[in-house]
Amino acid sequence: MQQGVPSSRSWARSLVVLIPYLWLAAFFLIPFLIVLKISLSQPAVAQPPYAPTFDLTAGWAGFKEFVTNLSVDNYLSLTADRLYLSSYLKSLQVAAVSTLLLLLIGYALAYGMARAPKRIQPILLMLVVLPFWTSFLIRVYAWINILQRDGLLNQVLMALHLVDEPPAWLATDTAIHIGIVYSYLPFMVLPIYAALEKMDDTLLEAAADLGCPPWKTFWLVTVPLSRPGVFAGLLLCFIPIVGEFVIPDLLGGSETLMIGQTLWMEFFTNRDWPLASAVAVVLLLILVVPIVTYQHIERRRLEAGS
Amino acid sequence: MMRRFSWFNLTSVVLGLAFLYLPIAILVIYSFNGSRLVTVWGGWSLRWYAALFADHAMLQAAFTSLGIAVVSASAATVLGTLAAVALVRFGRFPGVVLFSGLTYAPLVMPEVITGLSLLLLFVALDWDRGFWTVTIAHTTLTMCFVTVVVQSRLVTFDRSLEEAAMDLGCPPLKTFLTITLPLIWPAVAAGWMLAFALSLDDLVIASFTTGPGATTLPIRIYSQVRLGVTPEINAICTLLIAGVTLGVIATSLLAKRSQMKQEGLVAIGAVR
Amino acid sequence: MSAELARSKVSGAKRDFAPWNDPNARPLVRFDDVSKRFGAFTAVDHVTVDIHAGEFFALLGPSGCGKTTLLRMLAGFETPSEGRVLLGGEDLSDVPPYRRPVNMMFQSYALFPHLTVAGNIAFGPKQDGVPGGEIETRVAEMLSLVRLEGLERRKPHQLSGGQRQRVALARALVKRPKVLLLDEPLAALDRQLRENTRFELMHLQAKLGLTFIIVTHDREEAMTLASRVAVMDHGRIMQVATPSEIYEQPRSRFVAEFIGDVNLIEGTLAAIEPGRASLDSAAGRLAAAEPGDAKTGQQVWLAVRPEKVLISSGRPDHAANCVGGRVVDVGYLGDVSTYHVRLGSGLMMKATAANLTRMIERPIGPDDEVWLSWPPEAAIVLTR
Repeated sequence: MQQGVPSSRSWARSLVVLIPYLWLAAFFLIPFLIVLKISLSQPAVAQPPYAPTFDLTAGWAGFKEFVTNLSVDNYLSLTADRLYLSSYLKSLQVAAVSTLLLLLIGYALAYGMARAPKRIQPILLMLVVLPFWTSFLIRVYAWINILQRDGLLNQVLMALHLVDEPPAWLATDTAIHIGIVYSYLPFMVLPIYAALEKMDDTLLEAAADLGCPPWKTFWLVTVPLSRPGVFAGLLLCFIPIVGEFVIPDLLGGSETLMIGQTLWMEFFTNRDWPLASAVAVVLLLILVVPIVTYQHIERRRLEAGS
Repeated sequence: MMRRFSWFNLTSVVLGLAFLYLPIAILVIYSFNGSRLVTVWGGWSLRWYAALFADHAMLQAAFTSLGIAVVSASAATVLGTLAAVALVRFGRFPGVVLFSGLTYAPLVMPEVITGLSLLLLFVALDWDRGFWTVTIAHTTLTMCFVTVVVQSRLVTFDRSLEEAAMDLGCPPLKTFLTITLPLIWPAVAAGWMLAFALSLDDLVIASFTTGPGATTLPIRIYSQVRLGVTPEINAICTLLIAGVTLGVIATSLLAKRSQMKQEGLVAIGAVR
Repeated sequence: MSAELARSKVSGAKRDFAPWNDPNARPLVRFDDVSKRFGAFTAVDHVTVDIHAGEFFALLGPSGCGKTTLLRMLAGFETPSEGRVLLGGEDLSDVPPYRRPVNMMFQSYALFPHLTVAGNIAFGPKQDGVPGGEIETRVAEMLSLVRLEGLERRKPHQLSGGQRQRVALARALVKRPKVLLLDEPLAALDRQLRENTRFELMHLQAKLGLTFIIVTHDREEAMTLASRVAVMDHGRIMQVATPSEIYEQPRSRFVAEFIGDVNLIEGTLAAIEPGRASLDSAAGRLAAAEPGDAKTGQQVWLAVRPEKVLISSGRPDHAANCVGGRVVDVGYLGDVSTYHVRLGSGLMMKATAANLTRMIERPIGPDDEVWLSWPPEAAIVLTR
């Protein structure tokens, strides 16, 4: 903003930056480093359940001993057992399929909202956002109600004589997809709606004036202009879905677990913290490129805005 | 040009909203179901609400969750607003890339990773896990959502108002408190509500970072759900939905009134 | 009171006001070799200019010329990359905007939407810790000064554009700043309101005895309001002078063209005599007033304003400058007509003549052969 300001002002400015910076560094950044460190440790029957522990008082010799005790065994285990590979692959696959479904449904919904009369747009917006404010767990749970063997969906299907036997919806990948699409829909709809809403209507008029039929205008004008919103939505959905835990746990089966479930199991059930940490590190590495891409997009949007 | 709200558009909006609300509607209706089974409609009844209020463990979990949500939302609002101001007003300062990275990453980071890393931090620091560790964890997660909301409001905020205040003798901090904040309060309030809802709702991070005696509501619901669906869950879910809905509606009505006045100002024509 | 009378009353009082000509006068505001860069872009380029107390000073120039940046450096919202800004002899480098005895009226008015009219005006004195009772008096005083009595409790969105402009003015004046800065204050107003407000501003400035610095791209505004005008282009000051000096004695083609319509004829300076200069051009040998520091043989431009060019159907007898051409276009503006004439040499010239009679069919029309003439004193020689 200004250079060469008196020191009292830059002192206040530094504080505004430092307070959140330090908090995030302490509670977001440093924990990642700890995860990395733990992933290189061994499980132990002790409190905490891993070894070696980093003892600051042991001085340089203690540090050297600490480093030599680190090992990449956990990473080797990950590659050795097919379970983990299939878990990662399944997560990526579920995330890809769900994100695609989300794009189709979300775009249609966002487009409809953007074309609605201006007066009711805020109401529509609130209606779409409202479920998001209510509990995520609750909404997944609501689907259990519907999808269970004697649940509502089967009751309807049976009543309409579309099936003879109530099919099992729960514990299938279909249920997971339904649950994910349901929970993440606002994350896809909102960025796309924001991009579409900002679009200048006169561009569409200009295209029509130049001889473009409506469907073509959609592909040549509307879609490219909504691209930033689409990318934001895609990344906002894909990245967290890969690591999803609650939805596959409640709605999915037990044949192949998604990576979030695997991590949970390693941590809580097997009490193998180092292995769980290794799973987390690999997951993070897989997601690093999309995450950095997302941050890049957001920062560019911020700079363009201000 | 009149927006052509075609039949296709109308259908997609109606279907989309129906998809979003149907499960919730069913949930709410069945909380009044006299019968325990989903297949049987036992008439309208409040028995599950009664059972709920007799369930001390559940109520305790609800209070814990509310407490955590209020404290972490408030802390997250302060931190998130500071971060938004830093990002929008201070442009390029040393370390801004890392700072904005740290601010946006929690938005997309899978919760299992965040939860695990925080727990490991607390263990390394040898902190007792419970109410405060969950609060710290929630604050860290939700502050970035507050930042996004406040930042998008700040970006469109008319800087000349702040300059006018300073020109008339108001130092920067006072300007922020007397001019900027009162005019962006709907965004700050929306940020608080968002942080509150996210905290109230979180299962994964709370599971990692909680300790004995600090069971949160989602943890309790989750453990019950694994045992089987009981309508008592429906009851508490309905109450939560009602509470959050009222809160959201109230805030947006208040915000709408003050925003309409400001919008009118913009329309009259502050020429740039 | 008619507009002309008002103008003469005010400028009459200022007829002898010219502190910039006094070598002993100390300026109120001094920009001392000030530059401002934004990355690779230079907004203000080594500007040095003095502004004296009591002046109504105009910074005039096209968009992007740096005039607003210069103003903001005085207000304190930008810091100079080089040079100093001095107020009353004091260097303002370390003084933040909220401690400068300078107030600004923003182009968008920047009224606080959540405060009433009274609240907006009282804002400044409140920051200074002025006691409540006195604030009320000053606010009332200001409201009557800008003629907005009775509107204390209204909020900005309940006011018209002109009313909001006056609140912004009152808010900026209530602290009796040493200098009042106005950033395109009339840009948002319609024509009629603009003219009325111009006179109000002049009255106010004369009555309160303050120093006003105005930024504008509208040359008419600068000419009517200002005691001196600084024409800026690409971050540099091209010329600082009174409106009449700028109009009749521009020192460059840019200033000549910016401040009004002008005919520019390129040529070579042929001879210099006392009181006149001759130059050779594509239109023949032409005579102009004294050339200043131009040397013979130098490439120069003859500048003559259209209203000083006489257009006639027959060739005038004893004219020092006389060129023939054909009328290409006539612009009829009601009070005057502007004739676009293509000379034999291919040059285009403009001549403006007042429509002194009420004839509908004018004697000179398109495609007519005409003669343009002007006395040497009406033209000047420009070297750049």
